[in-house]
Amino acid sequence: MDLIYSTWPWYVAGPLIALTMFLLIKMGKKFGMSSSLRTMCSIGGAGWLVDFFKFDWKKDVWNLYVVAGVILGGFIALQFLSPTAPQINQEVLVKLQELGINSTNTAFLPTELFSLESMLTVKGFSILLIGGFFVGFGARYAGGCTSGHAISGLSNLQLPSLIAVIGFFIGGLVMIHLIFPLIF
Amino acid sequence: MKQFLSFFVIGLFLGILFIKSEVASWFRIYEMFQFKSFHMYGIIGSAIALGIIAVKFLKSTEAKDFSGKEINITPKEKGFTRYIVGGIIFGLGWALAGACPGPMYVLLGTALPSILVLILGALLGTFLYGVLKDKLPH
Repeated sequence: MDLIYSTWPWYVAGPLIALTMFLLIKMGKKFGMSSSLRTMCSIGGAGWLVDFFKFDWKKDVWNLYVVAGVILGGFIALQFLSPTAPQINQEVLVKLQELGINSTNTAFLPTELFSLESMLTVKGFSILLIGGFFVGFGARYAGGCTSGHAISGLSNLQLPSLIAVIGFFIGGLVMIHLIFPLIF
Repeated sequence: MKQFLSFFVIGLFLGILFIKSEVASWFRIYEMFQFKSFHMYGIIGSAIALGIIAVKFLKSTEAKDFSGKEINITPKEKGFTRYIVGGIIFGLGWALAGACPGPMYVLLGTALPSILVLILGALLGTFLYGVLKDKLPH
C-alpha cells in the first residue's frame, strides 16, 4: 500500500502518461486535455455567437467523458490516497517564504492562493481568473496544451509543438522570475 | 455506454496519476520553473521518450486502432507566430495558476471553490480566442 500512498516517482508517472497516450491513440483519439474547454463552450451555446464554436461537438464529447473520469480520479486520490503533501526542494521552500507563501510541504496547493479567504479578495480572485484565462486563451491560440503539444506533439516529432513548448517555458520563466516578485 | 465507460476509466486513471505524481500541484510547477527538481522534467521527458517509441512503432507497423480503423496522427499545421505567442501566453498562465487544463479538472477534487474560478477563467479565455481568432496573427 505504501506504493499507492507515497508520491509516484517520475519513472513511474512518465511511462504511465505515455501509456495513456498510447491507449487513446489505439482508441482512435488523441491525448489532449484543452480541447474539452472548446467543447464545453460549444455545448454552452457559444456557436450562436462565434463560428469557432460551431462544430459538431458530439464527435468530441468523448473528451468530456475523460474529463468526468479525471474529476472523480482526482477526488479519490486527493481525499483517500494522499496522506502527505508534496515535499518540495528546500531552497524553493525558502524562496516561497520570501514571497509570503508558507504552506509549502503542508498542503497540495498553497492556501495563500487557493483558500476561500484568498479567493474572496480582489487580488486573490484576479490571480485565479487571470491565470485560468491565460491558460485557456493560450492553449487555443497555440492549438494545444501540455498534453497536446508537449506529450503528443513532441512524441510525433512535430516542429510546431517544439515551438509551442519553448513558448510555454518562456512564459513560465517570465512569470515566476520577473512577474511574481511584483505581485507577491 | 461502453464508449462512455472506456473513456471514463482512462480519465479516472489519469486523474489519480495527476495527483499521485503531483504534476497538478502548484508547488511542483513553481519548483520546475526554478530548475530545482528533476521530478517534472523526468515525468515529461520519459513520457516523451516512450511516446516517440510508441508513435514510431504504431507508424512502422501500420497498426490499426481497436475498432480496426487505420491510425491517423494528423500533424499540427506549419507556422510560427501562433505557437510561440500562444505558447508564451499559456506558459504565463501555467505558472501563475500552477495548473494546465488536465490538472485544473483534477483539482476540483480538493472541493475548493477557487478551482471553479480557475476553470471559469479558462473557459473565458477559450471563448475570447474564438471571438478574436480571425484578427490574431497565426
